[in-house]
Amino acid sequence: MDIRFPLGLMFAVMGALLSGFGIVTASSPIYRQHSLGVNVNLWAGLGILAFGLTMLWLARRGTR
Amino acid sequence: MRLQWIDYLIILIYFGFVLGIGFVLKRYAKTSTDFFLSGRSIPAWITGLAFISANLGAQEVIGMGASGAKYGIATSHFYWIGAIPAMVFVGIFMMPFYYGSRARSVPEYLKLRFDEKTRGLNAISFAAMTVFSSGVSMYAMGKLLQLLLGWDFTMSVLLSAGIVLVYTYLGGLTSAIYNEVLQFFLIVAGFVPLVLIGLKDVGGWSGLTARLATESVSRGFAPGAMTESWQHMGSPASNPMGVEWFGLVMGLGFVLSFGYWCTDFLVVQRAMAADSMNAARRTPLIAALPKMVFPFLVILPGMIAISVAAPSETGLARGSEATYRLEASAQAGVPSTIPMLQRSLIPPKLDDKGNPVVGTDGRVALDYDLAIPQMLMHYFPAGMLGLGLCALMASFMSGMAGNTTAFNTVWTYDIYQSYIKPGASDAHYLAMGRAATVFGILISVAAAFVARQFNNIMDLLQLVFAFVNAPLFATFMLGMFWKRTTGHGAFTGLLSGTLAAAVHHGLTLPVGAAVGFKGGFLGQVLHTYPSEMAQNFWTAIFAWTTCFLVTVLVSLFTEPKRDVELKGLVYALTPIPHDKNLPWHKQPGTLAVIVLTLTVVLNLIFW
Repeated sequence: MDIRFPLGLMFAVMGALLSGFGIVTASSPIYRQHSLGVNVNLWAGLGILAFGLTMLWLARRGTR
Repeated sequence: MRLQWIDYLIILIYFGFVLGIGFVLKRYAKTSTDFFLSGRSIPAWITGLAFISANLGAQEVIGMGASGAKYGIATSHFYWIGAIPAMVFVGIFMMPFYYGSRARSVPEYLKLRFDEKTRGLNAISFAAMTVFSSGVSMYAMGKLLQLLLGWDFTMSVLLSAGIVLVYTYLGGLTSAIYNEVLQFFLIVAGFVPLVLIGLKDVGGWSGLTARLATESVSRGFAPGAMTESWQHMGSPASNPMGVEWFGLVMGLGFVLSFGYWCTDFLVVQRAMAADSMNAARRTPLIAALPKMVFPFLVILPGMIAISVAAPSETGLARGSEATYRLEASAQAGVPSTIPMLQRSLIPPKLDDKGNPVVGTDGRVALDYDLAIPQMLMHYFPAGMLGLGLCALMASFMSGMAGNTTAFNTVWTYDIYQSYIKPGASDAHYLAMGRAATVFGILISVAAAFVARQFNNIMDLLQLVFAFVNAPLFATFMLGMFWKRTTGHGAFTGLLSGTLAAAVHHGLTLPVGAAVGFKGGFLGQVLHTYPSEMAQNFWTAIFAWTTCFLVTVLVSLFTEPKRDVELKGLVYALTPIPHDKNLPWHKQPGTLAVIVLTLTVVLNLIFW
């Protein structure tokens, strides 16, 4: 099994979840309380999602 | 504090993937070589990341964050002096013997190169050390989760042990390696945002420098003592570590670091699983690239934690941090006035009764190990907090899994197959490997509970293992580069090196420490070191030198092995692999030059 499949899938799922949560909670006070007003769930989530999708794409390309 | 549903969901997703990988990989673990060495089929980039992750256990993450808060940027010496040179050395010079000899473990290499007794000594002490470290890792995790989240200690230990057991039992080393790669990226995903937000809060590197200048002046050092790594190493009195450059370079940079990276089967096993000699040699070099930048991920959070004012003093403007502390304190039965004593994000250390501990210098001692967890809880809202905690749990678990896979291999090949039941079928040894996984984890769980009851036993064991490990690199170096070295020489050298370490430790004491585990137990204190770290570095230097001299002396008076028996095991009798016709990124030599140059540059930037 190519490790990039589970790796990419896990990060894609987590990234989608986090960025979705970030969008839903965008106006919540938690970001001012904790992360200097930065919506860290949205931005980090998008980064993680992009990494996950890249890994999945590489894995797909690798098996063909 | 309580986690939100999203935090739990992220942790559950991780558990699901970890177990899923185990079940899928079960199909591929058909022979003992598959189970113990991943069938020697893993590409270099994966073994490289696993090589670094096996080392990046949670104690490393938490400990380096703690040291960052205690010592500042000088903690990077554990990376730029205490790891990178040794990693380059193991890839360039030692891998040809480890991989080329087809030895299946480090003790087995010692058997091929020297003799049975040297292997036995190394195998037994290593096996004991791995199950013990795995237990300590579980104990630390159980304690941390109890303090932070109020989770039940027994439940945390059993749950993590259960998950590690399932996936290492099913997939063996491949499972462990795959999960180490997941853990690596989880740490990066969790810690990069943490450091960015933290840096933004303190005003970037220059803001951090200014804040830490105040901190280090208040401790009686020069303003730059926590943000300049080499300038204050001239004398132990002028830096928070309490070490001088010679002890640092020789003790940490040479003896301890080479001893760990070049001889510890926990990391070497990852390189042995590589799919070719070239991949095995590149494994530690690829690992060195992330290792080089890890100080920014694990040391910086500690430095930020000590320089950010505690929220309780800033009128709770920044949220519910004090509530977390209060809640955690209430669970531990601690009086709720504690947060008032807290100047930075790092809370004071509490004794069994919940009172703050006052150090020998008359100041309240801080619980530095909480630097990283406090950073996560301070800067991360629900969501990313789950991911950050998940990364920490992943490193605890992969630390356990790494020790378990190293243990079951050494147990099966070097103890069971060698002394208990030689000549059985491969299927028999595969079954034994799986059984060893089960009882190895059971012993570790037991060790975790013993650690909870009797902290002293753990201190004692850790000390004994430090004595056993200190001289190891002298044996390997002589064995690999001086073909005259004999088995008798290696064995007596190792024993006397261990003895020298114990004697040195027993006759010295760090300043302000009580006689006991910290030293001086031989009844007399001949020398007092400025810090525990300085004492450790010099214990290692004494052990290494003794082992080196005794091995040489005894070897000169005993019969060496003949050249034919040493083919592929010593430098002079091993063909050096040629890779000049490969592209540059596949040449170990080129990678080594790049890695070393970058390390020098980093040292100069933070000089």
